[in-house]
Amino acid sequence: MHSDVWIAGGGVICGIGNNLSECLHAFKHMEPGMAHMEYLHSVHRHTFPVVEVKASNETLAEWTKMPAKISRTALLSRVAAEEAWRSTGLGDIRQYRVGFISANTVGGMDKTEEFFAEYLQDNSKGHLSQVLHHECGAITELVADAMGIRHHISTISTACSSGANALMYGARLIKNNMVDVVIAGGTDALTRFTLNGFNTLMILDQAACRPFDDTRTGLNLGEGAGYVVLVSDALAAEMPVGKTPWCRLSGYANANDAYHQTASSPDGIGNFLAMQGAMEMSGIKPEDVSYINLHGTGTQNNDVAEGSAIARLFEPHYPPVSSTKSFTGHTLGASGGIEAVFSSWAVKEGIIYPNANFSKQMKELPFAPVTQFSTGNKLQHVMSNSFGFGGNCSSLVFSKSAQS
Amino acid sequence: MNIYIQGTGCVSPQETAQGGTFPENVLPWEGARLKANEPDYKQWIDVKLIRRMSRVIKMGVAAAQLSLQEAGIQKPDAIITGTAYGCLDDTGVFLSKMINQQEEMLTPTAFIQSTHNTVAGQIALMLGCHGYNNTFVHKGFSFESALLDALMILKEGRSKSILTGAMDELTNHSFNILSRFDLYKKEPVTPASLLHSQTAGTVAGEGAACFVLGTEKGANTRAKLTGVTTLYKPAGKAEIAADIAAFLAAHNCSEDEVSLLINGRNGDTSGDEWYEHMEDNALAGKPVACFKHLCGEYPTAASFGMWLGAKAIAEQQVAAAAMYRGTTPTKIKKVLIYNHYKQTHHSLILLTAC
Repeated sequence: MHSDVWIAGGGVICGIGNNLSECLHAFKHMEPGMAHMEYLHSVHRHTFPVVEVKASNETLAEWTKMPAKISRTALLSRVAAEEAWRSTGLGDIRQYRVGFISANTVGGMDKTEEFFAEYLQDNSKGHLSQVLHHECGAITELVADAMGIRHHISTISTACSSGANALMYGARLIKNNMVDVVIAGGTDALTRFTLNGFNTLMILDQAACRPFDDTRTGLNLGEGAGYVVLVSDALAAEMPVGKTPWCRLSGYANANDAYHQTASSPDGIGNFLAMQGAMEMSGIKPEDVSYINLHGTGTQNNDVAEGSAIARLFEPHYPPVSSTKSFTGHTLGASGGIEAVFSSWAVKEGIIYPNANFSKQMKELPFAPVTQFSTGNKLQHVMSNSFGFGGNCSSLVFSKSAQS
Repeated sequence: MNIYIQGTGCVSPQETAQGGTFPENVLPWEGARLKANEPDYKQWIDVKLIRRMSRVIKMGVAAAQLSLQEAGIQKPDAIITGTAYGCLDDTGVFLSKMINQQEEMLTPTAFIQSTHNTVAGQIALMLGCHGYNNTFVHKGFSFESALLDALMILKEGRSKSILTGAMDELTNHSFNILSRFDLYKKEPVTPASLLHSQTAGTVAGEGAACFVLGTEKGANTRAKLTGVTTLYKPAGKAEIAADIAAFLAAHNCSEDEVSLLINGRNGDTSGDEWYEHMEDNALAGKPVACFKHLCGEYPTAASFGMWLGAKAIAEQQVAAAAMYRGTTPTKIKKVLIYNHYKQTHHSLILLTAC
């Protein structure tokens, strides 16, 4: 008999807060994090707003006791993973069989960029320490080693859906009794590589992004990390006094759009299949979904594809929906992890997050995003969507425990 | 539940991409860099696409198509890849232009193709496969994580066949940079001398190997994937020996039943001590085959090792060029593959004839 998979806690750092409580404050007070670049050095600094974590590498190093010269992606990861673990109250991590499944899209690219500037002048130049952690997996290991995790570590990279896929793989490890605990999610720091890449695709907005708004013209890049702690039935029952699991990861599915390397199909077939599959695993019907945390990047293409898939699947019972990327920006490999933290906390507290900057109804859709923060709602099932390049589409469903 | 290997495909520095049996002759190489012997991609990929695709994408697509052909499957239920470095060539192109052109006048193609899930995404696109699609990027565990994910999904019972594989390419930049870490041989070595060189360092390699795993036996099925496990930074050789014993026990396999041990010897003396310890102790007396003198060292090279193991079971023989120690077994029932990458990422894969 397979165990259920519970969310025992979570942690997040992003451009609207260095921990979950700061992020919640920003949502409540409608304070999105878009600003001029302060830490990323790019020629586009006055053109594109970004959503940076408001801390230098030196500050992050101080908080994490890790070296300031390592990739910012690892520093962010450690902050959120530590918060996630601490929030469970499960004590010394070394007493459990622990997995660390972290996602990211470009590994230690922030350092590789520095290396390449010198290396391209002369192939014998450039500090090798700057490419030592280039690989995506190296970022995961820096954090796993620092936290004393070694039972099962892996890294996933499926572009913007990476973090959500980390939760799925982590859930399977729990169900197969390979580990007791999995810290699962993702991390990504802003890099010039990704900023310029998205710029070539002409999908960066020069103003604050407007997900699911008719006037939207693109996304804002953000950075951060987010992790949930997945535990089995057995460990969920052993949580210390005063701590209970936030909710249950009741369903998940991953599908491929198989339409284009970077664009979504107009009807969002991959999105549709992912949401449908996740609900099927949860054993719920569309009308049971209480809130959808959208992928909602703010690009023309994503929002119409995602919206059309939702319209097709949920008609006529459209649940409240919103994109928290209107606050955090698109944090790429981290977004699935960050939004899993927001979504599972939403189930626990009955929170529906607001969608910032919404003013004009999309003409293609019969529904609009929620624009006000509210708490204390009765949320039985919350869906979180993550879609990305390569046609990768993933949906997660977080549910209240059967008892409550 | 039995998980069968329904088809295999491999692009490597050897003549493995023509399908069929294990190649009789070893393609010679010199220097510390082995390049993949690439097939004519036109049989699988549109000519216009071939020009735009980097080698890792083409190698991955070719290995995938070969494995699907052998399995007699057009569209698998899921696609799961492992790649440590991802699309290095496109990454290098975009990164170099970005720096040289001070972030101006850049074009999207290289960036689009630089994401680590490009190969799995391209395969899905070509096959019109809307199923589960995932990419693992964890250094020397990339392939093993993909295998494990496939095993767990098949055991859930909703998927019947999964295309699983690993691919990594070596580029001029990556070879230059990795060489600066002193990973490779300074002195001349050959396929015959590498594993006996008694010096530090190895040779760099690349390639792609794919497997169609399924819950049912197909027409060309000869082997089962019995198990896979990863061991991160073991404290020492004793820990590995205990892990191997536990792994075999978990899969109801006695040491006597192992007909062949395939290990990842790469000619680097300190790294090879792990394999030697196992050959001399935990699995003393077992015939040993090796493969990195054929494909070179790279983080997902274990996929070539598994391909060799699957071939050995299918053909009930081991190519002379692959045998390293002991007598070539005449009956091959169970094959244990033990690999480590830079002594950090250790993995075990068990195959069983069926």
